[in-house]
Amino acid sequence: METITSDIAIIGAGGAGLRAAIALAQADPRLRIALISKVYPMRSHTCAAEGGAAGVIKGDDSLEQHFNDTVGGGDWLCDQDAVDYLVQEAPKELLQLEHWGCPWSRELDGSVAVRPFGGMKIQRTWFAADKTGFHLLHTLFQTSLQFSSIERYDEYYATDLLVDEGRCCGLTAIEMRSGQMRQFRARAVIIAGGGAGRMFPFTTNGAIKTGDGMALAYRAGVPLKDMEFVQYHPTGLPSTGTLLTEACRGEGGVLLNKHGRRFLQDYGMGPETPIGKPVLKTMELGPRDRLSQAFWHEQKKGNMVTTQWGDAMLLDMRHLGEQKINERLPLVRDMSISYMGVDPVRDPVPVRPVVHYMMGGIHTDIRAATPLAGLYAAGECACVSINGANRLGSNSLTELLVFGRRAALSAMEYLASDPGRGNSQAIDAQAEAARARVRALFQKSGGESIAGLRKEMMHTLEQHAGIYRSGEGLSEACATLAALRRRYANIELHDKTNVYNTDLLQALELGSMLDCAEAVAVSALERRESRGAHQRLDFTERDDARYLKHSLASFQGAAAPRVDYSDVVITKSQPGVRDYSGGHA
Amino acid sequence: MSERTVELEVLRYNPETDGEPHFQRYSVTCREEWVVLDALNHIKETVDPTLSYRWSCHMAVCGSCGMMIDGEPKLACKTFLRDYPGVIRVEPLAHFPVERDLVTVIDDFIAKLTRVKPYLIPKEEKPVAAGEYRQTPAQLKRYKQFTLCINCMLCYAACPEYGIIPKFLGPAAISLAHRWNQDSRDGGRAQRQEEIAATEGVWECSFTGACSEVCPEHVDPAAALQQVKIKSTVDWYLAHTMPWLNK
Ligand SMILES: Cc1cc2nc3c(=O)[nH]c(=O)nc-3n(C[C@H](O)[C@H](O)[C@H](O)COP(=O)(O)OP(=O)(O)OC[C@H]3O[C@@H](n4cnc5c(N)ncnc54)[C@H](O)[C@@H]3O)c2cc1C
Ligand code: SF4
Ligand code: FES
Repeated sequence: METITSDIAIIGAGGAGLRAAIALAQADPRLRIALISKVYPMRSHTCAAEGGAAGVIKGDDSLEQHFNDTVGGGDWLCDQDAVDYLVQEAPKELLQLEHWGCPWSRELDGSVAVRPFGGMKIQRTWFAADKTGFHLLHTLFQTSLQFSSIERYDEYYATDLLVDEGRCCGLTAIEMRSGQMRQFRARAVIIAGGGAGRMFPFTTNGAIKTGDGMALAYRAGVPLKDMEFVQYHPTGLPSTGTLLTEACRGEGGVLLNKHGRRFLQDYGMGPETPIGKPVLKTMELGPRDRLSQAFWHEQKKGNMVTTQWGDAMLLDMRHLGEQKINERLPLVRDMSISYMGVDPVRDPVPVRPVVHYMMGGIHTDIRAATPLAGLYAAGECACVSINGANRLGSNSLTELLVFGRRAALSAMEYLASDPGRGNSQAIDAQAEAARARVRALFQKSGGESIAGLRKEMMHTLEQHAGIYRSGEGLSEACATLAALRRRYANIELHDKTNVYNTDLLQALELGSMLDCAEAVAVSALERRESRGAHQRLDFTERDDARYLKHSLASFQGAAAPRVDYSDVVITKSQPGVRDYSGGHA
Repeated sequence: MSERTVELEVLRYNPETDGEPHFQRYSVTCREEWVVLDALNHIKETVDPTLSYRWSCHMAVCGSCGMMIDGEPKLACKTFLRDYPGVIRVEPLAHFPVERDLVTVIDDFIAKLTRVKPYLIPKEEKPVAAGEYRQTPAQLKRYKQFTLCINCMLCYAACPEYGIIPKFLGPAAISLAHRWNQDSRDGGRAQRQEEIAATEGVWECSFTGACSEVCPEHVDPAAALQQVKIKSTVDWYLAHTMPWLNK
């Protein structure tokens, strides 16, 4: 097997992976960096982020307020030392992006402009029209091209981590163009593999978001943390799940039920604010979990409009006027017209909650280090945790910059301790085993179909692990997912060739998703309380005495994961009430 | 909305098993609002799992799904079936080698992008701690349009010159070079210019404007080419008539 040797290997070339790679290249030009990605870097899903990235920059704002909004928004499940680090580093990282040429939207005087965002009490979201993630990703990618020490392996699919003597020593990956397995030897590995929204049928996530990075770490013995917290974004297009950014509401868009009522006022987010004059942190600018939950209740009451794709609420932006919509929300207008046939300048757009983001992920400490020596993780695949039980919009682009860089620095510190490269023969044997596991898929004739299993998985999660959950439903989900994992052993490939075999890749991605899905369901079943994005119909209250804790799901092979708990780091903000009524201080 | 049956004729080529590319026909029962990508996904899930193509975002932003649809370069995720009454022919992007089925080899573009130094070469060094470079909305507007390129390569598939002279830098790479040149924070034009003004840099373009016509993001690469060419002409003129000015 061809072996590629470097100092540090990075899995994933989205925002987090690219940021890590540049940090390494800048810190020490002699480092050999292997940047491995199953898609070309600019195809990574960071490109889909629309709204913006949060960071304190204006005079009326403070780090403390960004901290408070984030911790309260996360229903006190965030690690407060990590949030402190995030808010402190955020402005530096966003300025660094500016210095790399990111086309941030500007004020008339040439300073960077900020916009309001859900759950944030002060305007602090930097944006580049409504294509912030796209510009951030392309700025990072193009900037990375000046560093020859970053060796890119585009369209390589990572299958396994290589671990020897308790240290991560590299990985195996399929070169998609040839179908051949390659071995990457490195002294440290950073996983930046992105989210896993594709476990659900209705999602804003692109096809590549299949939780591979999470599954790689999980199978190598690193726990997945807080996996039960799955964010629904309130405003997706019912036809395709395409996101209409929160900036629609930040700019003044309002949500209506079929009677034309701004129903959020009936769910603790009132009183009604004047139309076209959004007030921060209340009504339409409440947090995502609360808005999605309000939708669910209105739907139960029969107050939603019916579309051919199911029930929907209405996002009314007409009062913003054509000029503002074109200037601030051009993509939103384009997509509403293209995929729904509705022009927001003329009509309210039907929208419904859609699976958007994984708060949970690979367990890391505040240094982005996992418990496995030599393994680091950052971006959506990681849980550090700054998002707690509910991420605030525009915190995750910031997170992937701050912790992408942090993972790079930590990995360099680790290299300085001269960890060695492990026992070469033992690692070779592991790499061979990984290749054999993939080759074995070609031989199978069990008759289970990849698309079929995938559908069942999606259906199970949607039905039982959605906005509201119950013990009964989750038990059923766990049983179904365990059965699906068993049946996965009998999948049959139809494509037995090597070059760009997407049948094989989809089979491997399904394997990742099934492992992650089981971690979601089991962790959700075990958490007998309601907090943030995890709402239980049978345990409706938050229970700090028992569950002010992170869940840690550990892989147990064919059996269901074991769930343990660890303490939340609380430094200065004691758990309180999340108040999104307009009357709050 | 109504369902209807659509016939797709898709180019298939697997280098391991096929001597020659060939067309395969699929009929798909589709919904009114479907795009070509939805039909391909439907085929892959229910009819033929061996079909290979690239996609991810389904919202015209990742740039993966460029292909020829009835002979025109298009994004499969933004091309509606309802706009095609007859059999729809789907082929890999023109002018690029085929890796497999609808997947093309894009190494050439990546190499060219790297060559034009598509990153900020600051006009004035400033530490990050000193805050942002000021840039007014008017200054932003001068280059903003050229930042919108999603690297989908439709313009290369449409460009008659790239078809004949593969060394031509091509519309997107030049637009991106221009994007940085036009940025008020940048001082790297002279460095980029070496690549652009070289033989196969900008001179091959004959301004058919095909690139701008197919660009799904309205980048208008033809405008970038024209502006770059004028600047290059001026540079050439200065260098050859008044060489002392350049040094
Ligand atoms: C539609 C949408 C809008 C959003 N808007 C915002 C917003 O306005 N503000 C905000 O803060 N956040 C937003 N988010 C969230 C945010 O965009 C993501 O959380 C973030 O971009 C994730 O970045 P990442 O670098 O972790 O992963 P990604 O950008 O998804 O990159 C993952 C990388 O891992 C690679 N990879 C995965 N598996 C493998 C494998 N097996 N082998 C090799 N490589 C692999 C992929 O190729 C890719 O390069 C939005 C998300 C979506 C979906
Ligand atoms: S210029 Fe337009 S057509 Fe060409 S690659 Fe960029 S987005 Fe695609
Ligand atoms: S799938 Fe991303 S551009 Fe079409």
